[in-house]
Amino acid sequence: MSSIVQDFTTEIPVWKPYVTPLDLAEASAEQLEALKITPSNTKVSDYVLVLAHDVETLKHRTPLFNAVMYNRGGLSRAEREIGAVGASIVNHCIYCAAVHASRYNQLTKDEDVIAAIFSDGVHAEIGPRLKAILTFAVKLSKCPPDADTADLAALVEAGLGQDEILDLILSTSLFGWANRLMHTLGEPIRD
Amino acid sequence: MAENEDVIAAIVGIEPGGALAHVVAGRADVMALSQQTHDGALTPDNPGGLSRAERAALAWRIAKINDHKALEDHFEAMLEKAGAPDNAVRLADIWFDGGSDLRARALIRHVDLVAHAPKDATRRDVELLQEAGIADEDIVRLSELVAFVSYQIRVTVGLQLMRGLA
Repeated sequence: MSSIVQDFTTEIPVWKPYVTPLDLAEASAEQLEALKITPSNTKVSDYVLVLAHDVETLKHRTPLFNAVMYNRGGLSRAEREIGAVGASIVNHCIYCAAVHASRYNQLTKDEDVIAAIFSDGVHAEIGPRLKAILTFAVKLSKCPPDADTADLAALVEAGLGQDEILDLILSTSLFGWANRLMHTLGEPIRD
Repeated sequence: MAENEDVIAAIVGIEPGGALAHVVAGRADVMALSQQTHDGALTPDNPGGLSRAERAALAWRIAKINDHKALEDHFEAMLEKAGAPDNAVRLADIWFDGGSDLRARALIRHVDLVAHAPKDATRRDVELLQEAGIADEDIVRLSELVAFVSYQIRVTVGLQLMRGLA
């Protein structure tokens, strides 16, 4: 008996789509080309097969995703994950939050920050730098976006350079995009 | 839209040679891919069941929901460029709910939900699109449009804040 996961967790659930994923046997040459450049080339996930229905965005989306999250320099990979987690909390994307919270934990070997964020959101008792990052990510993710000059000034005060702030804007915004696919086109399941 | 124009950079008004231009140049790959996705979402070669005019109108609607005037103007101009047929133009009217047109009603309902409160989306919301006769392929195209424009708006807002700081 499987159930829908309702609460934030670092245990990655299974994602089950609401729409029918692309049947690889019916894929066009353009779709096959776009699927080849996804991070997992051994097995294509249902999520990517769903997105393959719109190949004209997918073919740019995959390299863009990798650039935003893994490009050299700028904000640390772990802190980019906090941008992703902040957006995923606002948009209640359980699946994205689980993937990126667990990645933060792996990168930092610390589970306390994510536990505090899942428990208390922007009120989490975390260090000032992470708090400024989380607050900015949460406010930028609202609709309309709610981040203002004071939130940006808080990032500067917390020691973020301009290149790091840009990376935070990009990772947070990227998850405003990813959440709107992952959370609306399917659901997180636990078997 | 010219293929090589960078909509975000143009709206933010990044001063060539300035500090912000230097920082953004460090992420030139992301900015270029963002523009390419914009073109793929708004003016695809194969629009499927969602015309270029409808895409521009819905993007305009999303910019209104996000209260972003400069991007509203951008998508309005794209709608004009796509010929601005009446059945598309009305999709951008924030007070129009689709009326008796079931397809328009379903499109508008879903765009408003996913732009404004994606946290509230459930399986039922996708079923409503399917019941209105919208194919799964077009549901994905519609979702990418809302999701991408929501991303573009947030990158633009963030860069506008950075520009203010400089």
